[in-house]
Amino acid sequence: MAVEGTSVALPQFLKKIELIKQGAEARVYRGSFLGKPTIVKERFPKLYRHPLLDEKLTHRRTVQEVRSILRCRKAGISAPVVYFVDYTSHCIFLEDIVGSITVRDHIASTQLSSAQKSPEEHLDQLAQKMGQILAKMHDEDVVHGDLTTSNMLLKAGAESGETELVLIDFGLSYISALPEDKGVDMYVLEKAFLSTHPNTEALFEKLLKAYAASSKKSHAVIKKLDEVRLRGRKRSMVG
Amino acid sequence: MTVVIGFEGSANKIGVGIVRDGEVLSNPRRTYITPPGQGFLPSETARHHRSVILTVLKEALEEAGLKPADVDCVAYTKGPGMGAPLVTVALVARTVAQLWGKPLLGVNHCIGHIEMGRLITQANNPTVLYVSGGNTQVIAYSERRYRIFGETIDIAVGNCLDRFARVIKISNDPSPGYNIEQMAKKGTQYVELPYTVKGMDVSFSGILSYIEEAAGKMLKCNQCTAEDLCFSLQEILFSMLVEITERAMAHCSSQEVLIVGGVGCNLRLQEMMGVMCKERGAKLFATDESFCIDNGAMIAQAGWEMFRSGQTTELSDSWITQRYRTDEVEVTWRD
Ligand SMILES: Nc1ncnc2c1ncn2[C@@H]1O[C@H](COP(=O)(O)OP(=O)(O)O)[C@@H](O)[C@H]1O
Ligand SMILES: [Mg+2]
Repeated sequence: MAVEGTSVALPQFLKKIELIKQGAEARVYRGSFLGKPTIVKERFPKLYRHPLLDEKLTHRRTVQEVRSILRCRKAGISAPVVYFVDYTSHCIFLEDIVGSITVRDHIASTQLSSAQKSPEEHLDQLAQKMGQILAKMHDEDVVHGDLTTSNMLLKAGAESGETELVLIDFGLSYISALPEDKGVDMYVLEKAFLSTHPNTEALFEKLLKAYAASSKKSHAVIKKLDEVRLRGRKRSMVG
Repeated sequence: MTVVIGFEGSANKIGVGIVRDGEVLSNPRRTYITPPGQGFLPSETARHHRSVILTVLKEALEEAGLKPADVDCVAYTKGPGMGAPLVTVALVARTVAQLWGKPLLGVNHCIGHIEMGRLITQANNPTVLYVSGGNTQVIAYSERRYRIFGETIDIAVGNCLDRFARVIKISNDPSPGYNIEQMAKKGTQYVELPYTVKGMDVSFSGILSYIEEAAGKMLKCNQCTAEDLCFSLQEILFSMLVEITERAMAHCSSQEVLIVGGVGCNLRLQEMMGVMCKERGAKLFATDESFCIDNGAMIAQAGWEMFRSGQTTELSDSWITQRYRTDEVEVTWRD
């Protein structure tokens, strides 16, 4: 299937491939592009918001997503390959992480099933991996902006049987060296993690420990994380 | 049949409501209104509540056509909220519970909003956007807790609106939010403001300081009107709220939204949320000001659920607390 990248050809292309999900802000399609299994992420106009705001946000997010993925990949952090971008229709063509599942679904099913030999140990390893990859990402000054277990994929390694962690959904990301920004990034993850996966406080502690151990700059980030948490607890709730 | 009376006064509204098995029998309320440019202070708000609470209580009973003997349980707001008003209302609730010989029940204010919204709209298991003067949270239920997926990392959306109203001296009668909403309808020009979303969390303090700083200047040199500012502020704030709600829905695979809390009766917010829901084939549930804004019946309704599941509060435990997170409460009345 040939795509010229013109805004005329794109809508037709999208019609022929399978819509798999309406995500948080985009429609996600699965198909084949130049013979490769491909995910197309389409940031369609959000009619609820003012057109000027919509155009600004959509454009900025498409640009940021591509930029941060490239930056991560250059640093050896797993993220899907970007095949093609169309800034008119705000479509990003990404490598399909074939056979992957979200970390969210993986944790949920591991917690449920007794099939796994030692679910605790298995999840501990995963938490460690998450901490390490996030430390590496922050060392590159990439702040993800939307860290949740829905935005991390697990893919079974080709021969080793080792699972690989892949980061996705960089639309809210930006570049910053500030410990405050990275601390808020971890705060957002902590809250999303604990509310999505009840009774995983100990598991998240392991993630943070691995994060702290993996980066020389982590000390300042963890300090900021503590500050942001405290601010949250002290916040007035009047009204 | 179970009849619960609820006392609410955690902020500038004082209300007493009576609920009988899902039916709101009465729900009178008074609001402490301050002059333009002024917020409400704890001790003065408490004084206001003290001066009217017995009248409101009498109205609640009369309107419901009930005698104290018909009441099974006395519920009151335990928190979160302002200390002095909370104490005042809890004191009255404790007193009548002892006079009438009825059990007491301390209720989380946020849970009150959620349970009232569920009762009125019959939403089954919605993603809840709770927006008021003191709170901004995106909540979903799982495993016996209302879990907070997203929230403000600084000030609440209602607080942002109220403080903006004070800056340009908009009337607090009936509420600053209502007046901003009316003025926004006449706004035509979209003024760019900062937009700060962090995953499922939001931040409003940057927008507030930006507009506090810019408003005076822009109005003085006729760059825009006060109506334009109201319009633009609403558009920005509500877009952020709709966005984090949608993100939580995608994350939790939810197809229902319920808006509760005082800001939730804003029709522009409801309209925007409705458009988002339509785009993803989801359903929106919202209520009008009688139930969105703090009221006694919401405390009675949450109290009803708690009481029916076997909970009561001992007199010695009937304190109040200014900070009380939604996810601290074990939800004993849902599967
Ligand atoms: N490269 C990919 N390979 C496989 N699945 C993907 C890929 N990108 C996204 N997905 C799936 O689509 C979902 C939504 O994509 P995401 O980039 O997070 O969009 P949104 O911003 O709308 O949340 C992900 O949670 C994941 O299940
Ligand atoms: Mg996502």
